[in-house]
Amino acid sequence: MAKVHLWASLRRFADGQEVVEVEAATVGQMLDALERAHPGLAPAIKAGLSVAVDGEVIANNRAAPVKPDSEVYLLQRLKGG
Amino acid sequence: MARDDVKTGYKYVGTRPNRPDGLDKVTGRARYGADFSLPGMLHAAVVRSPHAHARIVRIDASKALALEGVKAVVTRADLPTGLTGEDLNLQDNTLAGDRALYDGHAVAAVAATSPLLAQDAARLIEVEYEVLPHVTDVDAAIAPDAPVIRPGVADYSVPEGMHGNVARYMEFGHGDVEAGFAAADVVREHTYRTEATHQGYIEPHAAVGQLGEDGRGEMWVCTQGHWYIRRMCSAVLGIEAANLRVTPSEIGGGFGGKTTIFMEPLTLALSKKAGGRPVKLVMSRSEVLRATGPTASASMDVKIGMKRDGTITAGQVYFRMQGGAFPGMSPIGEALPCAFACYDIPALKHEGIEIITNRPKAAAYRAPGSPMAAFAVESMIDELCRELGLDPIEVRLKNGARNGSKSSYGPVYDVIGLQETLEAAKAHPNYSIPLGPNQGRGVASGFWFNHGGETSVSLAIGEDGTATVSIGTPDIGGSRASIGLMVAETLGIPYEDVRVNVVETGALGVNEPTHGSRATFASGKAAVIAAEAAIREMCKRAAAEWGIDADAVEWKDGAAHPAGPNAGKFPPMTIGEIGAKMGSTGGPISGHHEVTAGGYGASFGTHVVDVEVDPETGRTTVLRYLVVQDAGTAIHPAYVEGQYQGGAAQGIGWALNEEYIYGPDGRLQNPVFLDYRIPVASDLPMIDTVIVEVPNPGHPYGVRGVGETGITPPLPAIASAIAGATGARIRSLPCSPPKVLAAIKALKKG
Amino acid sequence: MSRIHVTATVNGDPVEFLADPRETLLDALRNHLDLTGTKEGCGTGDCGACSVTVDGTLVCSCLMLAAEANGKRVETIEGMARDGLHPLQRKFIEHAALQCGFCTPGILVAAKALLERNPDPSETEIRYWLAGNLCRCTGYDKIIRAVQDAAAEMRQDHRGAA
Ligand code: FES
Ligand code: FES
Repeated sequence: MAKVHLWASLRRFADGQEVVEVEAATVGQMLDALERAHPGLAPAIKAGLSVAVDGEVIANNRAAPVKPDSEVYLLQRLKGG
Repeated sequence: MARDDVKTGYKYVGTRPNRPDGLDKVTGRARYGADFSLPGMLHAAVVRSPHAHARIVRIDASKALALEGVKAVVTRADLPTGLTGEDLNLQDNTLAGDRALYDGHAVAAVAATSPLLAQDAARLIEVEYEVLPHVTDVDAAIAPDAPVIRPGVADYSVPEGMHGNVARYMEFGHGDVEAGFAAADVVREHTYRTEATHQGYIEPHAAVGQLGEDGRGEMWVCTQGHWYIRRMCSAVLGIEAANLRVTPSEIGGGFGGKTTIFMEPLTLALSKKAGGRPVKLVMSRSEVLRATGPTASASMDVKIGMKRDGTITAGQVYFRMQGGAFPGMSPIGEALPCAFACYDIPALKHEGIEIITNRPKAAAYRAPGSPMAAFAVESMIDELCRELGLDPIEVRLKNGARNGSKSSYGPVYDVIGLQETLEAAKAHPNYSIPLGPNQGRGVASGFWFNHGGETSVSLAIGEDGTATVSIGTPDIGGSRASIGLMVAETLGIPYEDVRVNVVETGALGVNEPTHGSRATFASGKAAVIAAEAAIREMCKRAAAEWGIDADAVEWKDGAAHPAGPNAGKFPPMTIGEIGAKMGSTGGPISGHHEVTAGGYGASFGTHVVDVEVDPETGRTTVLRYLVVQDAGTAIHPAYVEGQYQGGAAQGIGWALNEEYIYGPDGRLQNPVFLDYRIPVASDLPMIDTVIVEVPNPGHPYGVRGVGETGITPPLPAIASAIAGATGARIRSLPCSPPKVLAAIKALKKG
Repeated sequence: MSRIHVTATVNGDPVEFLADPRETLLDALRNHLDLTGTKEGCGTGDCGACSVTVDGTLVCSCLMLAAEANGKRVETIEGMARDGLHPLQRKFIEHAALQCGFCTPGILVAAKALLERNPDPSETEIRYWLAGNLCRCTGYDKIIRAVQDAAAEMRQDHRGAA
């Protein structure tokens, strides 16, 4: 299962957990699984998130692959100038 | 070392040819936003709130409409209702609803047969206001007695009990910071402040819009992203995206400020009301400064622990940022992850809040959030270095992020070039030039994520073997040239045989703007993949002619060749020969690529600046300036240097002069270039550059994106140089002469 | 408001137009004569994007009324290339002295006026002469180098011709 790291201020929406393990083959599946497991995360996911999968920051691509042993970090959606 | 000195095996990549749009731009032929006109065109002007916060009681346009030649007036009542979220924010910013939220907020717009007439008419539109309490300062806005500007603005992230002007809250980190501070020899804690600044592009926003009764429209506009313009205008006006065709003009600078809409929908709304006549709207400079999207102002607490040997044991920040009267606009979400991005520190804690104030809706500005964060953290690290007598580059080499470091914001860095920039800065002659009296040297590093994003590119082979590339990212600083070089390299044809055009929204799939340093990276990557698709097709055509398998054909030097002796003996078939025959060999040959581009590599830079401070006046003169930055690969080194130099100049302006000054009445006091003073030629020295190249494995030619990082280090580097020259540490930008003088005097008294 | 009939010479061509008394020379060039190469960056005399010469004097066309141009000789960016590009124009392209290019017409017109007065300006002289021409993109480095290089070439040509 992929390990999804939540930033500290998100943890209160996920029963205080720092890392949530989810079954997912893509970023989209991962986000959906997170939301199912912890509905309190829905507003954060809806507001827009970037994720880093195994070091690579993915700004916005639900199809990007997630491996069973992937380390995923949730980040705030990043903007550029 | 510049690419020119490195053997790379590339023929075109890394050279410095003339840019394709150069001739038009030196002869005045290039058409920017305000240069476009249409038959029957009307001109518009905007009525703006003189109050920082006011209820709009009544708008009476009857006198204006009575003027001969005035064709239409629009107010919020003319826009559709029922929008939500960011669409509603965009609409609220386009035209105020029941309340004006900042000085300069648009309240009504008018179209007339000439610009002067439109301005006359705007003055005749009567608006009755009921003035409300306001707040413009980031810290004052969360004082207990501050008026709550927009009740209910807080999103899901804001914990109970915070001030009503807090819109977002964020916390993240790793390790045990308290243990980290306990392990340090010195722990220091200070608050740093930066004022809001403006991107300061010299071209004011301008658009010509036309919208008919049938809901079909067109727009010509200066923008960093015309698909964003299309989406946002469609949302604000309730029309379908496909019915709005947006063509970008040449763009006179953007730096993030032209990635969104401000007055653009007004041209369409006015046009529709005026029977479909096209409407041109050009902002004045003071409108640009008052009512477009400056960056946030910030107030930042920093605590860092360091050992005597320079090891950083822990870091902690609490950032407060205001992005104007609308939520989601401050770069708090970028500033926090940028704060310690240059370091590998075992324990970090980041916290931050976004605050709403009566200021204009902030927009992105070059590496949004990173310069403020760097000012706070890099200044503090410099303070510690000076206190402990440590060399600032050595301390950064020791603690700096490297390949495989876990970044401050979570993920692990792949291949990055921070250490290389530090080594190059240390080795550069500027770092060892002896300093005179009243002179000081400052060093700082900077970071930007870079970005990929939605990208669509198409490429067509011409009948004569040339190539036309259609891209959707407006060219602000030479990206057509660099994309042309990469396509020439890939196809093996001369750079002059490749023409790269920025095309309108009808011609390609959706493209994100030129932002996040992505144009050369993402459009370039897609163009290379599109060229490879065309090459595959051309190999197929040659194979068919030769009667061999397509796999037995290889492409080199602009021609199809039989791959090895077994493929058969045929003379190479050039791209020109294939192009000339394509109609009879299967039809047009093209390639295209659509992707949300990944694989962008983080960008790091290190700057070294020497200043001299006049002890009588507090005026700072920049004596020499060095930018070292990792480009990945410099496709067109001259424009890479240009990005470094331009970013440094903007950062120097932010450090020394530029600031938004609001009076107690909540009005912007310096909305002209005379008072909002950006650096002029006589303020600056030559800006030395070193292009470090640590190729990005996520791009076919190793590109990282070079646009943004350069604005980040100057803020702390200059403040640190001033500290070196005077002993006085300025923790609140800008380091204006009166502030520096006061600090010097305080030191003497001290 | 009654309009004023203005006749002038622009880039060597005779022109005439009707100006509102409040219109600037910049407005007239751009809106009446379709010479949009001259840019408006501020309208208050602070940015130099609107630089032109009037009877040989460098002015901000946003600060001069159109009616004042009556009978005058106006030179704009569109008139700078005569027999091919002016050396300054060529050097600006070669040195990558423009990014967005919006400041470029004004800077070229101003730099040409400088080199006509001072064929061998120092770096400092160039910086102070161009201090009224804002460029937000380049940090000025490549602009200064392009002007220096164009000046050197023009001195060479001048010597060659003499
Ligand atoms: S437009 Fe004339 S000086 Fe700026
Ligand atoms: S090149 Fe953009 S303002 Fe000078």
